[in-house]
Amino acid sequence: MLTKRIIPCLDIKNGRTVKGVNFIDLIDAGDPIEQAKIYADQGADELVFLDITATVDKRKTLVELVTKIAKQIDIPFTVGGGITSVEDAYSALQSGADKVCINSAAVRNPNLLNLCSEKFGNQCIVLAVDAKQINQQWLVHLVGGRKQTEIDLFDWVKESVERGAGEILFTSMDHDGTKNGFANEALAKISNLVDVPLIASGGAGTKEHFRDTFLHGKADGALAASVFHFGEIGIPQLKDYLKSENFEIRIN
Amino acid sequence: MSKVVIIDYGAGNVQSVKFALERLGVNAILSDKPEIINSADKLIFPGVGEARSAMEEIIRVGLDKIIPHVTQDCLGICMGMQLMCNFSEERNTKCLGIFKEDVKLFKVDEKVPHMGWNYVKKKESKLLDGIEDFASFYFVHSYYVPENKFSIGSCDYGLTFSAIMERDNFFGCQFHPEKSSKNGSKLLENFLKL
Repeated sequence: MLTKRIIPCLDIKNGRTVKGVNFIDLIDAGDPIEQAKIYADQGADELVFLDITATVDKRKTLVELVTKIAKQIDIPFTVGGGITSVEDAYSALQSGADKVCINSAAVRNPNLLNLCSEKFGNQCIVLAVDAKQINQQWLVHLVGGRKQTEIDLFDWVKESVERGAGEILFTSMDHDGTKNGFANEALAKISNLVDVPLIASGGAGTKEHFRDTFLHGKADGALAASVFHFGEIGIPQLKDYLKSENFEIRIN
Repeated sequence: MSKVVIIDYGAGNVQSVKFALERLGVNAILSDKPEIINSADKLIFPGVGEARSAMEEIIRVGLDKIIPHVTQDCLGICMGMQLMCNFSEERNTKCLGIFKEDVKLFKVDEKVPHMGWNYVKKKESKLLDGIEDFASFYFVHSYYVPENKFSIGSCDYGLTFSAIMERDNFFGCQFHPEKSSKNGSKLLENFLKL
């Protein structure tokens, strides 16, 4: 049986993590590699690095970061934040990333999903989508949630999978930061709509929220940042709990 | 120290394998040159991507004449293992014929690709020394090799398939040992010690 995945997310700017991570014994709290190694040792199943660097030489900094991570981390990882072309995706994958995640760039140029999946296979193309419920409708938002579109979340997810997305990372902006749980109703709807893996993001506050998103949201993995960074939930404790709730969870 | 060559025919993520070996203290060489491949003590045959174009590239550089006849220990990883079989349903591709088995597309009531960590039931093999039964490894694939007489590890995903195979000096694993944390690193270490 495939196990449910627990995925910490790290925001990177100019090679350093943006939100500090509150680990005991961490020498340099801004070093993403050190943080990533701790998560990997604690039993994280996968890592996501979102590079929010805004320099002209972005691709070069991304390649440097990916190479550093790949040298030291022995679990799969996804990078995103600056993938706007096939060349960007190629650089990241060639340097050792297992998957790239594409967000706004795919909305602006949906064909990018076709091109990337034809070239690299859909297994390494993750569609990240941020959405918010407005007048009963889930609408896709761009540039880190700052720009609203009129695109329906479910239509977009379906189209993206038809075009070649091999995994969906859905962040509910209504839930993100609230620590009140994931958007399970919308997640379950996505899970029934497409047959690629689905990662829930936004809203993790307790261990029970992870259980609920696997149970009711039908998610294959759950992503969180602050509850892990600030030590509010320990990954080993979370995994023990989920195991006791009879989910397939990787312990060894 | 033994000379490890990663067969590099443009099949995707070879850096990760190289880095995993570096973590074990081995500086592997990447090459598609027959003379370098033949001079190796250990060979690793990786593969990510699509079978037909990978085989076309292998034939173009002449590796189809080399790989099936190597006498060193050779480990195929993921699609590398699939290409060691007879035939793949992925665009009906004739493969290298080292394992006389066919590669099939998953037609199961589960999401495809099979992506994530799954458990491997193991048999006795030096490759798996010190690895627990039902240890977890990281998989990403849409095609599989059915369980067969070469299988030394099996995995369940809607059906039971070969996770690890062994025939003489040839080994294959469907998962990515370079991404499978301590269990994967142990397997690579065992391979280097064979």
